[in-house]
Amino acid sequence: MKLIIAIIRENQLDQVRESLIEAGISRITVNHVSGHGRATSEEIYRGQKVVPNLVPNIRLEIAVNDEFVTVTCNAIIQATKANDGGLVGSGKIFVMPLEEVIRLRTGERGSAAI
Amino acid sequence: MKMTSRFLAFAFLLTLFPTDLFAGDSPVIDTGTTAWMLTSTALVLLMVPGLAMFYGGLVRTKNVLGTMMHSFAAMGIMTVLWIVCGYSMAFGKNVFGGWFGWSSDYFLLSGIDEKIMDAGIPEYVFSMFQAKFAIITPALIAGAFAERVSFKGYCFFIALWGVLVYNPLCHWVWASDGFLFNLGPKGAIDFAGGTVVHISAGVSGLVAALYLGARKSFPHLPMRPNNLVMTMIGAGLLWVGWFGFNAGSSISSGLSTGQALTATQAAAAAGALAWVIIEGIHQGKATAIGFVSGVLAGLVAITPAAGVVQPGGALILGALATVICYLAIMLKNKLGYDDTLDAFGIHGVGGIIGAIFLTFFIRESWMADAASIAGGSWTVLQQLGIQVLAVAIAIAYSAVGTLAILFVLNKFMKIRSSAESEMRGLDNSYHGERGYGMINPN
Repeated sequence: MKLIIAIIRENQLDQVRESLIEAGISRITVNHVSGHGRATSEEIYRGQKVVPNLVPNIRLEIAVNDEFVTVTCNAIIQATKANDGGLVGSGKIFVMPLEEVIRLRTGERGSAAI
Repeated sequence: MKMTSRFLAFAFLLTLFPTDLFAGDSPVIDTGTTAWMLTSTALVLLMVPGLAMFYGGLVRTKNVLGTMMHSFAAMGIMTVLWIVCGYSMAFGKNVFGGWFGWSSDYFLLSGIDEKIMDAGIPEYVFSMFQAKFAIITPALIAGAFAERVSFKGYCFFIALWGVLVYNPLCHWVWASDGFLFNLGPKGAIDFAGGTVVHISAGVSGLVAALYLGARKSFPHLPMRPNNLVMTMIGAGLLWVGWFGFNAGSSISSGLSTGQALTATQAAAAAGALAWVIIEGIHQGKATAIGFVSGVLAGLVAITPAAGVVQPGGALILGALATVICYLAIMLKNKLGYDDTLDAFGIHGVGGIIGAIFLTFFIRESWMADAASIAGGSWTVLQQLGIQVLAVAIAIAYSAVGTLAILFVLNKFMKIRSSAESEMRGLDNSYHGERGYGMINPN
């Protein structure tokens, strides 16, 4: 089992969601996060340009069984490539081992609980 | 005794100077009427930020500012246009066979600096009161194509729409030489803008929504309102402001004002209750957004009718409008076109219902008046014919006008936002800001 954490641009949430659903991945957690990568962004308030040192991003958490890791990552990669414009700041995917999963309602454990 | 003698003395004085007190042919200021019209003008303007909040709360987080800016931009654009040419086009003398009006002394409102109208109010007040209607009408359209229009495209669209669609319609229905104003013995009934404001905005919205196409991911991804609390506050402001809209449209401060005000309250309440009851039966829950949709449906329906129906008729009209609007929105969901915030479903449909069905609830004194002007008899059916004709003209003109404007304007600029801007959200793409801190993803 793996936990996939993806940091993506805010505007790409819709297309990533669609792409994941198409790939059969519908169980996800989405957070609004702020952070700093290599990209800088600009906002305008009362005519003043403001470059926030932390920029808003979307963070997805998806727990999957091993055989779904590639499918999930590919779905995210494909979706973020579309309409990206090749600018810095597309985001990252982190894949990490997942020790245990427990479904609260039934008490199931492991792969079956994902 | 003392009183009587004083009275007699006063009467005697009056007979001595019967006309000198009111010398000249220019009317004098009626402070009561002027005070109420000033209040009404402010109340109708209050509806625009109200509408901004109503619409703003209904869209997704990433579009909240862009959607509110549609209403605020209308305040800027339409006011400037109204002063430059709008008032003249709407209330000037017929030109081009009555297509619209024009009086050169209305240009920049320069000729009305000291003018007092027969109603006893400065013409400035009337002009500014009418300006508010010209502001809110294009702002209403924005609900139909919310979340997917570029800011620049929208600004140019409403500017052209105001000049080419709103001003002529307003002239036909409300100017003393407008042809719908003079249809039949007492004209096509449009007390406060059922055809001019709501039907034209609703129909134009529908045409624009179809022309621009649905939002990305519509309807397979759910798109939830970002802030229904704001929507409720906005709807409340709209209801309050509507007293200026309707009761102010009597351009007086007296009996007809009170009649319009009562009908307005009755229809809004009946519409709201009807919606909650229908929804309760149909969905099992009475939603907040349903209640305010019912308020709007009732208010829209009573807008053309407020001057001629009594409270009983207003109750029926409000409830009837809600029933039909509810069905219209169900039908919309079946057909699958993307009238985002139901500008057509509420304003178009509600306006049509109000303008047509008001015929059956006209107070008797009005019909008697019409009969005597018509020279004997004037039946409900005859008036119905006039109402249907006026509605049909408003629908046809605004649909054709909107389509033509969109078609031509689209040759010069992209009215619809790019796929990228739409996904990023109007706030960030066009205004460089975000509405809230970082509350909701999406």
